[in-house]
Amino acid sequence: MIPELGQLALALALCLAIAQTLLGIAGAARGQAVWMAATRPVARGQFVFVAIAFLCLTASFVNNDFTVAYVASNSNSALPLHYRIAGVWGGHEGSMLLWVLMLSVWTFGVTLFSRHLPLEMVARVLGVMGLVSLGFLLFILFTSNPFLRVFPSPADGRDLNPLLQDPGMVMHPPMLYMGYVGFSIAFSFAVAALLSGRLDAAWARWSRPWTTAAWCFLTIGIALGSGWAYYELGWGGWWFWDPVENASFMPWLTGTALIHSLAVTEKRGAFRSWTVLLAIVVFALSLLGTFLVRSGVLTSVHAFATDPTRGIFILALLALVIGGSLLLYVWRAPKVGLGGGFEPLSRESMLLANNVIFASAAGSVLLGTLYPLALDASGLGKISVGPPYFETVFVPLMAPALFLMGVGPLARWKKASLPDLASRLRWAAAAAVLAALALPFAMGRWGALVALGLLLAAWVAASGFVQLYEKVRNAASGASAWTRLSSVPRATYGMLLAHFGVAVFVVGVTLVKAYESEKDVRMEPGDTVEVGGYTFRFDGVRDVTGPNYVAGRGHIAVTRNGSFVTTLYPEKRIYRVQNQPMTEAAIDTGLTRDLYVSLGDSVSNTAWVVRVHHKPFVDWIWGGCLLMALGGALAASDRRYRLAARRPREQYAAAAEMT
Amino acid sequence: MIAVGLAALSAAAAFVLAAFRENLVFFFTPTQVEAKQVPQGRAFRIGGMVVPGSVKRRADGVTVQLLVTDTAKDVPVVYRGILPDLFKEGKGVVTQGKLGDDGVFYASEVLAKHDENYMPPAAADAIKQAQSINEKATHTLVGGGK
Repeated sequence: MIPELGQLALALALCLAIAQTLLGIAGAARGQAVWMAATRPVARGQFVFVAIAFLCLTASFVNNDFTVAYVASNSNSALPLHYRIAGVWGGHEGSMLLWVLMLSVWTFGVTLFSRHLPLEMVARVLGVMGLVSLGFLLFILFTSNPFLRVFPSPADGRDLNPLLQDPGMVMHPPMLYMGYVGFSIAFSFAVAALLSGRLDAAWARWSRPWTTAAWCFLTIGIALGSGWAYYELGWGGWWFWDPVENASFMPWLTGTALIHSLAVTEKRGAFRSWTVLLAIVVFALSLLGTFLVRSGVLTSVHAFATDPTRGIFILALLALVIGGSLLLYVWRAPKVGLGGGFEPLSRESMLLANNVIFASAAGSVLLGTLYPLALDASGLGKISVGPPYFETVFVPLMAPALFLMGVGPLARWKKASLPDLASRLRWAAAAAVLAALALPFAMGRWGALVALGLLLAAWVAASGFVQLYEKVRNAASGASAWTRLSSVPRATYGMLLAHFGVAVFVVGVTLVKAYESEKDVRMEPGDTVEVGGYTFRFDGVRDVTGPNYVAGRGHIAVTRNGSFVTTLYPEKRIYRVQNQPMTEAAIDTGLTRDLYVSLGDSVSNTAWVVRVHHKPFVDWIWGGCLLMALGGALAASDRRYRLAARRPREQYAAAAEMT
Repeated sequence: MIAVGLAALSAAAAFVLAAFRENLVFFFTPTQVEAKQVPQGRAFRIGGMVVPGSVKRRADGVTVQLLVTDTAKDVPVVYRGILPDLFKEGKGVVTQGKLGDDGVFYASEVLAKHDENYMPPAAADAIKQAQSINEKATHTLVGGGK
């Protein structure tokens, strides 16, 4: 009964999506105020029905309803409750439903926080979002229905993939999808602007908080995925340049570019057509990311051939959304205009450089991800592009970006002066050089790449302090320190925090790359091995039993200079249902280093192969990501975006009169 | 201004493409390795099936030697390190490394995906290729016999 209810709710949501699209787009085109006014309640209704459908699927998982094919293949009665709930998005069908749920959540958000926008704009934005939702609902109902029953139904389910039975993996897909789908708002704003032919500072101001919010979710989502790979795959790596990771990295890179170009469009009216194009590209890459991971095209391009309906539907949807919006862009963008001019040395030119760099980086990831697929699909042979390519490309691309990150925020709009910048940044430069020269020695060994990484990280951080100092100094003189600090807008704090997060991230990447050490050793109980100044003593492996697995648990005592540090318990699990082995690493986390131990194979009755890592500063990588996301959240919540309610409407009216 | 931008962009593009060409890793089948159709001194990947009973550990307990086959030819592989969870004899595998002068493939990476029924596509392909060549050979033999 419950699955049928879910299916019905999904069908009703589809009807409302059609209504939302028609009322929104046609209503705005024909100037029908009643139609336009109806899009808000219709969009809210769609959210309600999608949420009902999602809850129905969740209920089927919680109740262990194995008559539902999707539940049977992604859950098991022995699975703990929280993983049964996570199982909802453990496979293709449920992920698509989660995607649509996220889209309707964002749409609901737009209906709530759009009271200060002109009705026509809201209607168009909701109309475009309705169209995207329509495409996905059709895709779910016709090719990937999660509510299909199976007969005869199995006595028990095939279990959730053991790799996904992990807290990090429970949160990773929802966060990632919130990010992907959140960019649909920037996309819808861009398409709405193209449809109306009006694109001004107000438009950029409306798009900014939404784009930044989506970017925060994506940042967290990617960081969670990377953290999960680090401790769950048992290899100690935190980024593999795997196509699945690249698929989420491309929207992040272009999304970062979009955040910066939106700033220019809002403040100076420049880069308008470029910003619109970026908004389209970011969402296109989000769609591509969803499908690359979910369509099975990555495991084998031939998966498309075995299930052609899904593949063809996906390609058609991509072609329609991307092709349609790009055509619209070509047709309407010339009307948008270029905006104010600027000098070669100005904040605009530096943000332009930022955009060129991030777009090039995204392009290089796209090349490395899609080229092998295209070659394989056309039968021209198999190749792979590994980390060496991406590392070769990213260091020289990102180094100038980091340098500019220290200069850009201090440069004036329109025209900056080099001597002025140099004198304001001299202390930051001195601090950076000092850090690059001294810190590597403190770590034990000086190297050119380490020095470069630390130089840039210190530069970004020190320049951030200069920026804060100047802001506070310029604020109402004579006031107390606290009033001065609180007079700096929240968006500025957000930017400073996010940039500081980048510095932290760079420190983590640089130090772990340069100073990590690892050993694979065969150990008998009582054997010791020394890695990174720590002594690891292997005390044997004992059997333990989990809810749906059995495991050998290793006992490893860690000491340093004779004094006890910790005991680590890495596990080798066998998940019973799928009879799948899994390595569960044990990690002692610290501010300046992680100790990481995983079990390899058992080589005799008592001896095991053990892998031991010492990873200095590795947690700074995720700490940096967290700071970036927090900075973004701070910036997105700036009251300027909410309280500027009257002004944009006036500006908008003025702009409308002009055209 | 625009010229400078375009120049920077094309420099970036040229640099990316050069790095791309430099770091491409090609894929070969054991038959191709046997026929010496592989690059010398450059890393490449081979794929196929782990020959049952061929996996042996050396005395240090960490170095593993094994045979990878596409059902037509076998290639000896040596790898030092921990094998992935789903590495099994008789299952598909893809390894990356360099071919030594002694004809042994020194692997720096062994990949076996995390799914019971999953055969790395590259490995499956290698076997399919070898089998279709075998089939053709049989056909020719049978045809010639007539």
